Amino acid sequence: MALLKLDKVTKHFGGLIAVNNVSLELEQGELSGLIGPNGAGKTTIFNLITGVYPTDSGSIFFMNQDITRKKPHETAALGIARTFQNIKLFGKLTVLDNVRVACHYRLKSSVFSAVFDLPKYAEEEKRMTDESLRLLEAVGLYKLRNEKASSLPYGHQRKLEIARALATRPKVLLLDEPAAGMNPEETLELMKFIKKIRDEFSLTILLIEHDMKVVMGICEKITVLDHGCVIARGSPSEIQKDPEVIKAYLGSGTYARS
Amino acid sequence: MYRKKSFWFTVFFVVIFFLFIQYAQTHFDAYIIRIMNVAAIYVILGVSLNLINGFTGQFSLGHAGFMAIGAYASALLYMSPELKVMNFFIKPLIWPLNQIQIPFFPALLIGGLLAACAGFLVGAPCMRVKGDYLAIVTYGFSEIIRVLFNNLQSITNGPLGLKGLPTYTNLWWSWGWAIFTIFFIKRLIDSSYGRALKAIRDNEEAAEAMGVNLFRHKTLAFVVGAFFAGIAGGLLGSLVMTIDPNAFNIMLTFQIVLIVLLGGLGSITGTVISGVLIAFLMEWLRIVETPMKIFGFTIPGISGMRMLIFSVILMIAVLFFRHGILGDREFSWESIFSIFKKRDSMEGE
Ligand SMILES: Nc1ncnc2c1ncn2[C@@H]1O[C@H](COP(=O)(O)OP(=O)(O)OP(=O)(O)O)[C@@H](O)[C@H]1O
Ligand SMILES: [Mg+2]
Repeated sequence: MALLKLDKVTKHFGGLIAVNNVSLELEQGELSGLIGPNGAGKTTIFNLITGVYPTDSGSIFFMNQDITRKKPHETAALGIARTFQNIKLFGKLTVLDNVRVACHYRLKSSVFSAVFDLPKYAEEEKRMTDESLRLLEAVGLYKLRNEKASSLPYGHQRKLEIARALATRPKVLLLDEPAAGMNPEETLELMKFIKKIRDEFSLTILLIEHDMKVVMGICEKITVLDHGCVIARGSPSEIQKDPEVIKAYLGSGTYARS
Repeated sequence: MYRKKSFWFTVFFVVIFFLFIQYAQTHFDAYIIRIMNVAAIYVILGVSLNLINGFTGQFSLGHAGFMAIGAYASALLYMSPELKVMNFFIKPLIWPLNQIQIPFFPALLIGGLLAACAGFLVGAPCMRVKGDYLAIVTYGFSEIIRVLFNNLQSITNGPLGLKGLPTYTNLWWSWGWAIFTIFFIKRLIDSSYGRALKAIRDNEEAAEAMGVNLFRHKTLAFVVGAFFAGIAGGLLGSLVMTIDPNAFNIMLTFQIVLIVLLGGLGSITGTVISGVLIAFLMEWLRIVETPMKIFGFTIPGISGMRMLIFSVILMIAVLFFRHGILGDREFSWESIFSIFKKRDSMEGE
C-alpha cells in the first residue's frame, strides 16, 4: 500500500480547473518528481495534500488514513512537511528559532509551565534546541544559528526551509522548486543533498521542478502534469521519450532551454 | 552562567525598585503618586496590547472593551452593599450582586478572568478575518460592550456609572501588577509558545504548515492580553473612583495603541518606557487646556486640546518613527555585560 495516495483529486478556482482528476501514489522511501510547465497545477497539488485548500472532489490518503479534510497543522503533525516555492521563512526570528518553531507542535508542557520555566518545560525546551541544532548542522547552517532568517542569502534560506521542514519529523517531504534561482552547480549540489537527507532521515520525497533536466538525474519516478492533468508517469528515461510530454513542453517553451 | 547572573541582577533590581515604591508611597505628594499609578496602568495596558498587536501581529482595537469588563466586574465585587444602594437609585442592582462584597485582590482577579473570557470570544472569529477587518471587528466588540453597559441599568447602572469607588489602588498594587505583567509576557514570548506567536506574525501560512495550531495560539494571545487589560481596568476604576461606560471609548484604545507604536511594536522595553512617558506627558499637557496668557493675549482653555496634540504625536510617530523608540529591540543584562566586557578588553590591550 502506498504511503501517500491521491485518488481522483480535482480543484477549481472559479472557472479554472487547476487540478483535474489527478491520481498519484508515493511508495515508502521513493524520491519522485512532479514536473510540468507554468501553471500546470503543481503547487496546487501540494496545497491540497497539506490541507491549505479543500478538494472539490476526490480523496487523499496518508498511511491508510483519510486526510482529505485535515487542516495544514494537522497534516504537519501527521508527518507531511513542505517547503514553499516563494520562500516563507519567519523573517524576524533567528535561524535557530525558525527551526524550533517546527518542534513546537510536539510540546506537552502547558503555557504556565513554559512561563514559569518549570523543570518539565525546561527539559523539553532543551530537547527542542538540541534537535534543532543537530538539524542546522546537517544542512550546514549551524554557524549562522543566531542570524536573523531574513538576513541570510537566498541559497541558505532554501536550506533553512528544508531544516525547518525536517524539524516536524516528517515521513513525507514535499519540496516546491527547491532549486529555483540557483545556478547549475548549486543545483547539482542541492540534488545530492536531497538524496542524502532522504537516506539519512528515511524520507519519502516528492519534488516539484520546472526544469525537466534537473529531476532526470535524481528522481526514480516522474509524474508530468499539464493543465491540471497527469499526462505521463514513469521512469526518467520513459518520460524523456514520451511524445505527450515533449509536446507539452515544446508547446509551452520551457523545455526549449535544455 | 550569564543566565544565572541575569537572574540575580533582575531580582536585585526588582527589590530596589520596590524599596523605591515603598518610599514613593509614603513620601511623594499625592499628585505625583497618582501619575505614577497611571503610569503603571499604562505599562500593563501597553505591554498586554503589544502581545496581541506586536508579537502575534493581530491588529486589535478591543482593549477598552476588555478594560471596561475588568473595571465593572471588579467594582461590583468590591463595593460595599450600602455603596451599591446609593449608586443604583434608578433601578436596584440585581441579586446576588447587591449582597456580595469581596476583597480587592480576588475582585481584580475575577475581573481579569471575565475579560479573558471575552478575549477568547473576540479571538475566535479572528481565524476568519485579518488585518484591517480584524481591527474593525475588535473595535465593534468594544463598542458593543460600551452600548451594552449603557443599557444594562440593573447591572451596570447604565450611563450614570459607578461613583465613590473606594481607592484601593496604590503604588504597590499598580506596580506589583505592572512588574508581574512584564514578567509574564516577557517569559511567554521567550518561550516556545512565544516563538509560535511570532511565527504567526511573520508568516501565518508557514507557521500553520509547520504544525502551529493557529486557532489555539491566536486565542492564547487574546486571552492573555485581555486578562491583563481587565486587571488594568480594575486598577484604573479604583484609582479614579468613578467609572462610566463612555470612559471606555475608542480614544482610550487609541491612547494604548499610541503607547505601543511609540515604544515599538514587538518591544516590551520600549512599551514600558513610552507608557511611563505618556502618563507624565498627559498630565503636563493639561496646561494647554487651562486659560493662558501669551504676549498679552488671553487664550481660553480648550478642552480636548490634549487629545489633539496626542493625535499629532501619533501621526508623527506613524509617519516618521515607524519602529518607535526601540523598534523590536529589548533591554537585556547580557547587552549591558557585553558593553563592560568590551571596555575591559579594550583597556587590556
Ligand atoms: N489561490 C488561487 N486562486 C486562484 N487561482 C489560483 C490559486 N492558486 C493557483 N491558482 C491558479 O491555478 C493554476 C495552477 O497554479 P499552480 O500554482 O498550482 O501552478 P504551478 O504548476 O505551481 O506553476 P509554477 O510553475 O508557475 O509554480 C494557475 O493558473 C494559477 O493561476
Ligand atoms: Mg508552483
